[in-house]
Amino acid sequence: MATKGVVKGIVSNLVTVEVNDAVSQNEICYISVGGTQLMSEVIKVIGKNAYVQVFESTRGMRVGDEAVFKGHMLEVTLGPGMLSRNYDGLQNDLDKMQGVFLKRGEYTYPLQDEDLWEFKPVAKVGDCVMAGDWLGEVDENHQPHKIMVPFVFEGTFTIKSVVGEGQYRVIDTIAVLTDETGHDVNVNMVQKWPVKRAITCYKAKPRPFKLLKTGVRTMDTLNPIVEGGTGFIPGPFGTGKTVMQHAISKQAEADIVIIAACGERANEVVEIFAEFPHLDDPHTGRKLMERTIIIANTSNMPVAAREASVYTAMTIAEYYRSMGLKVLLMADSTSRWAQALREMSNRLEELPGPDAFPMDLSAVVANFYARAGYVELNNGKTGSVTFIGTVSPAGGNLKEPVTENTKKVARCFYALEQDRADRKRYPAINPIDSYSKYLEYPEFQAYIAEHISPTWINKVNEIKTRMLRGKEISEQINILGDDGVPVEYHEIYWKSELIDFVILQQDAFDDVDAISPLERQEYMLDKVVDICHTNFDFDNFNEVSDFFKKLINVFKQMNYSEFESANFEQFNTEIFTLLQTHVKK
Amino acid sequence: MAAKAFQKIFTKITQITKATCSLKATGIGYDELASVNGKLAQVVKIIGDEVTLQVFSGTEGIPTDAEVVFMGKAPALKVGDQLVGRFFNAYGESIDGGPAPEGKEVEIGGPSVNPVRRKQPSELIATGIAGIDLNNTLVTGQKIPFFADPDQPFNQVMAMVALRAESDKIILGGMGMTNDDYLFFKNTFSNAGALDRIISFINTTEDPSVERILIPDMALTAAEYFAVEKHEKVLVLLTDMTNYADALAIVSNRMDQIPSKDSMPGSLYSDLAKIYEKAVQFPDGGSITIIAVTTLSGGDITHAVPDNTGYITEGQLYLRRDSDIGKVIVDPFRSLSRLKQLVTGKKTREDHPQVMNAAIRLYADAANAKTKMENGFDLTDYDSRTLAFAKAYSDKLLAIDVNLNTTEMLDVAWDLFATHFTTAEVNIKQNLVDKYWKNK
Repeated sequence: MATKGVVKGIVSNLVTVEVNDAVSQNEICYISVGGTQLMSEVIKVIGKNAYVQVFESTRGMRVGDEAVFKGHMLEVTLGPGMLSRNYDGLQNDLDKMQGVFLKRGEYTYPLQDEDLWEFKPVAKVGDCVMAGDWLGEVDENHQPHKIMVPFVFEGTFTIKSVVGEGQYRVIDTIAVLTDETGHDVNVNMVQKWPVKRAITCYKAKPRPFKLLKTGVRTMDTLNPIVEGGTGFIPGPFGTGKTVMQHAISKQAEADIVIIAACGERANEVVEIFAEFPHLDDPHTGRKLMERTIIIANTSNMPVAAREASVYTAMTIAEYYRSMGLKVLLMADSTSRWAQALREMSNRLEELPGPDAFPMDLSAVVANFYARAGYVELNNGKTGSVTFIGTVSPAGGNLKEPVTENTKKVARCFYALEQDRADRKRYPAINPIDSYSKYLEYPEFQAYIAEHISPTWINKVNEIKTRMLRGKEISEQINILGDDGVPVEYHEIYWKSELIDFVILQQDAFDDVDAISPLERQEYMLDKVVDICHTNFDFDNFNEVSDFFKKLINVFKQMNYSEFESANFEQFNTEIFTLLQTHVKK
Repeated sequence: MAAKAFQKIFTKITQITKATCSLKATGIGYDELASVNGKLAQVVKIIGDEVTLQVFSGTEGIPTDAEVVFMGKAPALKVGDQLVGRFFNAYGESIDGGPAPEGKEVEIGGPSVNPVRRKQPSELIATGIAGIDLNNTLVTGQKIPFFADPDQPFNQVMAMVALRAESDKIILGGMGMTNDDYLFFKNTFSNAGALDRIISFINTTEDPSVERILIPDMALTAAEYFAVEKHEKVLVLLTDMTNYADALAIVSNRMDQIPSKDSMPGSLYSDLAKIYEKAVQFPDGGSITIIAVTTLSGGDITHAVPDNTGYITEGQLYLRRDSDIGKVIVDPFRSLSRLKQLVTGKKTREDHPQVMNAAIRLYADAANAKTKMENGFDLTDYDSRTLAFAKAYSDKLLAIDVNLNTTEMLDVAWDLFATHFTTAEVNIKQNLVDKYWKNK
C-alpha cells in the first residue's frame, strides 16, 4: 500500500501534506488538483506533516486535495535514445508535449519504447557481473551505447542467458542474471536512478590529467581544463558568457555534450535548437546535435524543477561516463540553481546565510562539483564527466556566496571581466585573475610533456608572468605618462599586448579563428614567445607602439587565415621582414 | 457585489495587517480571488482552515466583520477584439467610461510557452530611430528595457517607438505612472489616430501600489490572445518595471519574507523572468515583443532590479543628453541589442554590421580626443576630424528625433565617413568601400 496524504497548507509551491504512513526525505508524490496530478518532492518532515515542493504552479490547490506517495526519489530513466533529445528539468521530452504552452501536470516519457536498436552482446553466459558492467552495446548516433547491469543491483550476478545479435526494443529483455541466492532477474535496456545520488559503479577515481581540447586559446593554452575536470565562468551580463559556453560546447573534444539551460533565456535555448542540427561536429564531421542532449529549464519554468534540472543533467552525464565515454556537461547558470534553493529555503522559514542563501549552499555546491571526474571502470576502461558551470554574480560582484563557494571547489576559474568586454577584447577572460589548478598537477605536466612538449608549461607560465608585468607597467604609464618610464618598459608592455591580441583574443564568429587546434596553438605560442625573447632597438616610445601595432595587425590577419595556407605563410614572411626593422643587431 | 451560486461568503476576519487579512474558511483554492468589503484580494497562504488574503488596495477601513466573498477563480481578463482602443485598470476594469469588456475569460499569469514550440526571432522592427535601428536593431520576440534615470524622457521615446514600429497591436502596461504621463500617452495615441491598435492597462501613482503587480500579467494575457489566436505582431510596453519590483518588495515584506539584495524579495529574478519571458516569436507569425523601462537610481546598474533585468532581457538601451547638440541620444556605447546579429546585414543592407561598428569606433576615438582636449593636450588633425564627425553623427543619426529607414541611415553614415575621413581610417572591408564610398 502506497502512503497517502491530504493537503493541509499551501504557500506558493511549498505544500504541507498530512500523511497516513511512512514517507522518506526527497520522496516523490503526486498531488491531485482538479484531476491533474502535480509532481512534488518531500523536502522536510515534521511529525505527520510532510513539506513538499511542487514542481508546478499550485494555483487552485485546496486543503483536502489528495496526495499519493511513490516510494522513490526523483529519478531519471536511462537507456538508448536520449542523444539529440530536448528535455525539461524533470526529463520530460519537450517535443512530445502537445500544444504551444506547457500544460501543468503533463509528463512525457523520455525514451521511445517502440524504436528498434541493433544489439550486440559483449558479455557471455557464465560471466560474473556487478552493477555497471557491460552486457552489450547498441549504436546510438554512432556512439557505442553500452547496455549495463542496472546500477541499483547490489552484489554479484552470474549471466544465465544473453540474447544474440539482433534488433530489440528498449523494453525487451536482453539478459537474464542469477543473483547470489539463485534468483533470476530479467534485464532490459532501460534503468532508473535517483538524480540526487551519484552513480559510483567504478573502480577508482584518479586525479584527472588528460587535456580536454576546446579550441579556445585562452583555455587550452593559458588555463587548460582536463577530461573529468571542473571549471566555472563567472561574469556580469553582457560579457560574453553565453558565446563562450556555446563555443566550448560546439568545439570541445568530447563524445557527448550535455547542456543544462538552468533558469536562463528561452531564446538562447532556441538558438541551440536552431543551430546545432545544422552545425558540423569539428571532430567527426557529423551534426553536433547527434552528440548533444539539452536539458531546458528556462527562467520562466517552475523554480523547483530548475533545482532538479542540474541533477538530471549530471545523472545522465554519469550514465554515459559509465560506458567509457568522455562527457562534457555545461550548466548555465548555477546561480539560478542557487536562487531556486534560496526561494525554497525562504519558504521553509530556515534561518538564512549570506545574501539570504541557505546555510548549506557551500555543501550543496561542493557535492555537486564532486560528481564530475575521471574514472577507471571495473573493466579497466576509463570515462569522464567534465563540468563547466557559469555563475551570474549579482551586480557583477565576485564577492557573493555563489561565486565564492564555487571557487572553493572548481579547479578552473575563468573570470569574465566587464572592462575587457567594454574594450571588445573577447573572450573577455581576465588572464591574471583566472587560473587552472591542473597546471600544477605533476600528472598533467607529465602528460603535456609527452603529448605537446617538455617546455610547454614553462612557456605558459612565462606568458602569464608577462601579462602581469604588462599590467603593472601600464598602470605606471597611466600615472607617470608615456615619457615618465624608460623605453624598455614600453617594449615589455607591448610584448604583453602582443600576447593579448594574438593568443588570448579570439573571434568566436570567424570560421577559422573560432577554433584553434592544439598544433596551431603550439605554433603560435612558440612564435610569440620567441618575439618576447628578442631584444629590439627603439629610439622612443612612439616607435615601440607603431612597430607593435603593425606586428599585431599582421598576426591578426594570420589568425584569420587557414593554418599553413599560402596566405598564412605570406603573413609569416611579412612578420619576419617587419621584425628585421628593429631587431637589435 | 451580488453573490452567485458558486461563491463562498464568510464574515469573520481573525487577523488584519497593512496588506493582508486572515480568516477561517474551507474549500478555498490557492491563488483564488476574493472580495473583502468590496476590495479585491487574492489568496496567498493557506494553513489548515486559516486563509490569508492579500488585499490589493490595502486594508484601510476593513472591519473584522467584513463580508469576504470567494470567487472560485484566479485573477482573469476577458479577452476579445473589443479590448482594442480601451483603457483599463489593474483588474481589467474600464477606466475610460466605456462598457466592461466581454469575451472569453482567461486567467492571467498563465503557463509558459514550450521552448521547442518557439521560433528563433528573425524579423526586424523598424523604429526610425537610428540609435536603435542602426546600432541596436530590435527584433520581433525580443525583450529589451530602457535603463533610464527618472528625469529622462523615456516615456516620450517609448511612445514614439510604439507609434513608428510596424506592429498590429500595441499594449501599454503603466505601473505607478503619474497622471500627467497617463494623459500624455492617451493624448499622443489619440492624436496619432492610433487608438484602433492600442490597449492600455494603467495603474497611476494615485492607485494603490500593490495593484501594480497585476499590470504586466494583464497586459501580457491580452498580448497572448492577439499573438496566439490572431497571429498578430504585438508590441508590449511596460513602464516602469522598477515600480513593479518595489510593489513586490512591499508584498514580500508584509508577508515576513527574508529580503535579499537591496531589500528585494529572493524570488525577484524568477518574478521578472516570468514577465519578460512572455516575449516570443511563434512559427505562424504571431509574436510578442516587450519594450520596458527600468528607472535607475543615480545610474546604478548594480542595483538588484536593473541587475536581474540585465540577466533576463536581450540587451538594454540607454538614453543620454548630448551637450554638444543639446538633444537626447541613444548612447551607442552602453546600449546593446543581443539579437541584432539575427537581422543586421541579413534583413538590412549587407554593409550594416561593418558601418555600425566603424561609426561606433570612430565615435569612441572622438571621446578619447575630447578627454585629451579637456585635459589641455594638443589635438592632432585626426582628433579634430573625429570631433567634427562625432557632432554630426550625434545630430544626424543618434538623436531620437531622427526618423529614417535603415538604408537611409547607412547612406547618411557613408556620407559622414567621406566628409571626415579617408577610407583607411574608416577601415571597412574593401568590397563595401568600393561599392558605397561617396567621393567628395
